[in-house]
Amino acid sequence: MSEIQLEIDGIKVKSTEGMTLLEAARTAGINIPTLCHHEKLEPFGGCRICIVEVEERGWTKLVVSCVYTVQENIIVRTRSEKVDRIRKTIIELLMAHAPDSPDLIEMAKEYGAKANRYPKDPSFCIHCGLCVRYCAEVAKKNAIGFVDRGINKEISFIPQIAAKECNDCKECFPLCPTSYLQAAFILTESLAFPSGQN
Amino acid sequence: MPRLNTPEELLNFRQEILSKRNPDNPCISICAGAGCVASGADEVIIAFKEEIEKQGLAAKVDTKGTGCPGFCEQGPVVVIYPEEICYLQVKAADVPEIVEQTIKENKVIERLLFKDPVTGERAVHESDISFYKAQERTVLCNNIKIDSKSIDDYIALGGYSALAKALGEMSDLDVLNEVKKSNLRGRGGAGFPAGRKWEGSRNAAEPIKYVIVNADEGDPGAFMDRALLEGNPHSILEGLIIGGYAIASHEGYFYVRQEYPLAVENINLAIRQAEEYGLLGKNILGSGFDFKVVVHQGAGAFVCGESTALMTSLEGKAGEPRPKYTRSNIKGLWNRPSVLNNVETWANVPLIVNKGADWFTSVGTDSSKGTKIFSLVGKITNTGLVEVPMGMTLKDIIYKIGGGIPNGKKFKAVQTGGPSGGCIPEDLLDLEVGFDELTKAGSMMGSGGMIVLDEDTCMVDVARYFIAFLTDESCGKCVPCREGLRQMHRILTNITQGRGKEGDIELLEELSETAVEASLCALGKSAPNPFLSTLRYFRDEYEAHIKEGRCPALACKEMISFYVDPAKCTACGLCMKKCPADAVDGAKKTIHIIDQEKCTRCGTCFEVCPAKFGAVTKLSGKPVPAPVAEADRMIIKKTKEKSSAK
Amino acid sequence: MEIDKIDQIIDKHNCEASSLLQILLDIQSVNSWLPKEALARVSEKLDVPMTRIQHIVTFYKAFSLVPKGRHKVHICVGTACHVRGATRILDTVEEATGIKPGETDLELKYSLETVNCLGCCALGPVMEVNGKVHGKMSPIKTAEALKTYV
Repeated sequence: MSEIQLEIDGIKVKSTEGMTLLEAARTAGINIPTLCHHEKLEPFGGCRICIVEVEERGWTKLVVSCVYTVQENIIVRTRSEKVDRIRKTIIELLMAHAPDSPDLIEMAKEYGAKANRYPKDPSFCIHCGLCVRYCAEVAKKNAIGFVDRGINKEISFIPQIAAKECNDCKECFPLCPTSYLQAAFILTESLAFPSGQN
Repeated sequence: MPRLNTPEELLNFRQEILSKRNPDNPCISICAGAGCVASGADEVIIAFKEEIEKQGLAAKVDTKGTGCPGFCEQGPVVVIYPEEICYLQVKAADVPEIVEQTIKENKVIERLLFKDPVTGERAVHESDISFYKAQERTVLCNNIKIDSKSIDDYIALGGYSALAKALGEMSDLDVLNEVKKSNLRGRGGAGFPAGRKWEGSRNAAEPIKYVIVNADEGDPGAFMDRALLEGNPHSILEGLIIGGYAIASHEGYFYVRQEYPLAVENINLAIRQAEEYGLLGKNILGSGFDFKVVVHQGAGAFVCGESTALMTSLEGKAGEPRPKYTRSNIKGLWNRPSVLNNVETWANVPLIVNKGADWFTSVGTDSSKGTKIFSLVGKITNTGLVEVPMGMTLKDIIYKIGGGIPNGKKFKAVQTGGPSGGCIPEDLLDLEVGFDELTKAGSMMGSGGMIVLDEDTCMVDVARYFIAFLTDESCGKCVPCREGLRQMHRILTNITQGRGKEGDIELLEELSETAVEASLCALGKSAPNPFLSTLRYFRDEYEAHIKEGRCPALACKEMISFYVDPAKCTACGLCMKKCPADAVDGAKKTIHIIDQEKCTRCGTCFEVCPAKFGAVTKLSGKPVPAPVAEADRMIIKKTKEKSSAK
Repeated sequence: MEIDKIDQIIDKHNCEASSLLQILLDIQSVNSWLPKEALARVSEKLDVPMTRIQHIVTFYKAFSLVPKGRHKVHICVGTACHVRGATRILDTVEEATGIKPGETDLELKYSLETVNCLGCCALGPVMEVNGKVHGKMSPIKTAEALKTYV
């Protein structure tokens, strides 16, 4: 693994080939907000809030730092007018669904986001995918997955599997930024678990 | 079935086919494409076969259902060779006459010929028809000549000679260089140079590589890939095998949308036929090159037309796009180098190999070479597929080929590039069609959809329509697209329903920026285009909706009212009779009045009111005049009214 | 649907997980919809987690998890048809059948879907019933055409 030099927010950072910008930034103590990122999971690139500006070979572009790998001599800016504006919009879009999420409330303060910018649509799930991915990649039980697409996309437990596995595990519960996961589990347990397994 | 083991055997086989066919014998070609079939082409084909049989002519006269020649507005289309006499809107009942007059007595039936709407002249030959005259049908020309289910027909026209040339006379690098030199740019959407894409894959270290045909034509209003794949499947297959050879790939895929069952059937048949003839499989034409092809169907997801989503779907998963920081020609299907190109792009490859890059670059503009097939639809006289050289102006396409706007309406805009594209207004009609030219105007080439809009089209509704489509087709993985489009759709729907507010446009622009800059894939990144381009050229319509509660095109249902003009109503009673909501009150000689409470604004009254009266009007942005007083509703005899009005 | 039939289809595709969509499409073309048991069998034989199958059959709109009606009504809402008034045709069909796109009525008489472009733009607006294309529709013609399907 070769060493790669790059600059993040004016700081010269040494990193290794294959590292993501997010990882490299963290080694330098620079904080980039994330929602769908988790060290134990493959990068998802869904929330887009870790977006940063990258100047490479004369061109400036926006990339998500949890996926983009370090390149030699690039200049990264984790904050800028445009980056902040986009992060603010993302937070506001998500707060329409989960205005009480502690993570979102904290980010809203930092970026001046307003919780009521968009009409409330209390579906709570922000589709970070942490629960689904944790269950597939770490717990390897595949008890919960996504269904449908677009604005109809939801998380959904497989009742037969969840009934057998979840009560002894629940490792994904603390990951949920909105507590929707816990609510979905309780609902599935009471309404859909195969009888005799509650 | 002969197995052709060398290019010479293919050549001899072709000669053999041609020697068995007498070019002077009549051949009746009936278009069996989707549009013509919907107009009754199947019955016409059966009628011809029966009549020819009945007349004892089956030995001399060939009858076949063929691929789509593009003139869908006037189907069913029949072309009789060798004279190329073209009959339009043919019905099964016309068949005995055609056989009697044209086949047996060489006479032309006037009433079935194309009639120029302006000059009134009749055109006998396909090439005389104004719809076709200005076209350059390099890729589409063979559709009407071949039975899509016959490999022999394709070979007879020179099919697979490009493959024989590539494998027999050119090295794989030669083929790649020829495609590079031709400057062929992708015909599916982005217009990326095909040669450069191929080269990237060819040079990638990983030995297993794939070539893929993107036949997931999802743009609503686009059906050129359908016509090509249904009508001339071997042409695409030949291009794909050549592409595989050029980049050293031995495995090809067709990803065909499931909504095109005939295309799926025809390409599967073509593959089986090619395998039987030894044009596919091991040691093709004795060259030592092995190649196999698999067909996958889509399952109803527009996003799977996006290359990374398509590849994910080929892997048997939900079609969610992947980040493209490493291009898919390096890491694509199964993380291996994959060249994905559109159907039309592949169709150009055999032509480039046979006739050379110099021939290809002799047509087109500096940055866009060759021809492009457009599906010209919407408010246009001649709906259908048109193939024109790059560089032709939009004006020529719409007026010279398309025949202009029907019903005396005024042109308003032309929407190009599908849901990722934009609208181009009248004052830009001199724009020369090409990838970069369309992008500069705020639209894009896309797959080639060209939808003509007239004065009755509301541009805000057009934006709403496309955003609604994309909201429905979004995979939902990333926030800017899933949530951003959700809000844009909500706001645009409000505007078209009369609930627009100050600040809506600015909010839409903010959401557009986030989608453009931060979306995961091209669907999200280009989704705001319909909004941004209509805002750029038709801002006044947005402002009228928001500030005046008025739809200038009188189209948005919730913002218009239908009103019977008392001065023009003759109490003919048609609107009352046809109104599905029983909303019209009237009687003989009594001015009819529409009850605004009951009216569902379906527009039926507006359509049935005879043009000579034109009494039903649409109003927007102003209150409906109070109904005429009962006492004044009696209609006095018309002649008296006219003189008293003077 | 019989397990044997399902197994046959899976074997035809060499039991390959990458052919998951093709297998499900084949099952549906025989059975007209995908019962839970069929999905469970596929999950078992291909050794693919049920979550992946669940995602696929809901992500792709070609799949139906409920039985379909006798008459499959497709209204084209492609741009060309939209511009020629497809919305009014859809409204008429919704009223005549009592269902919305994606639904099947309780008597299993109609299943309604919207589709994007059938490739018959010259005949827009277009309604397709059981594969037969009805072109140049108006609200009145639509209501009349539907009456012919019993």
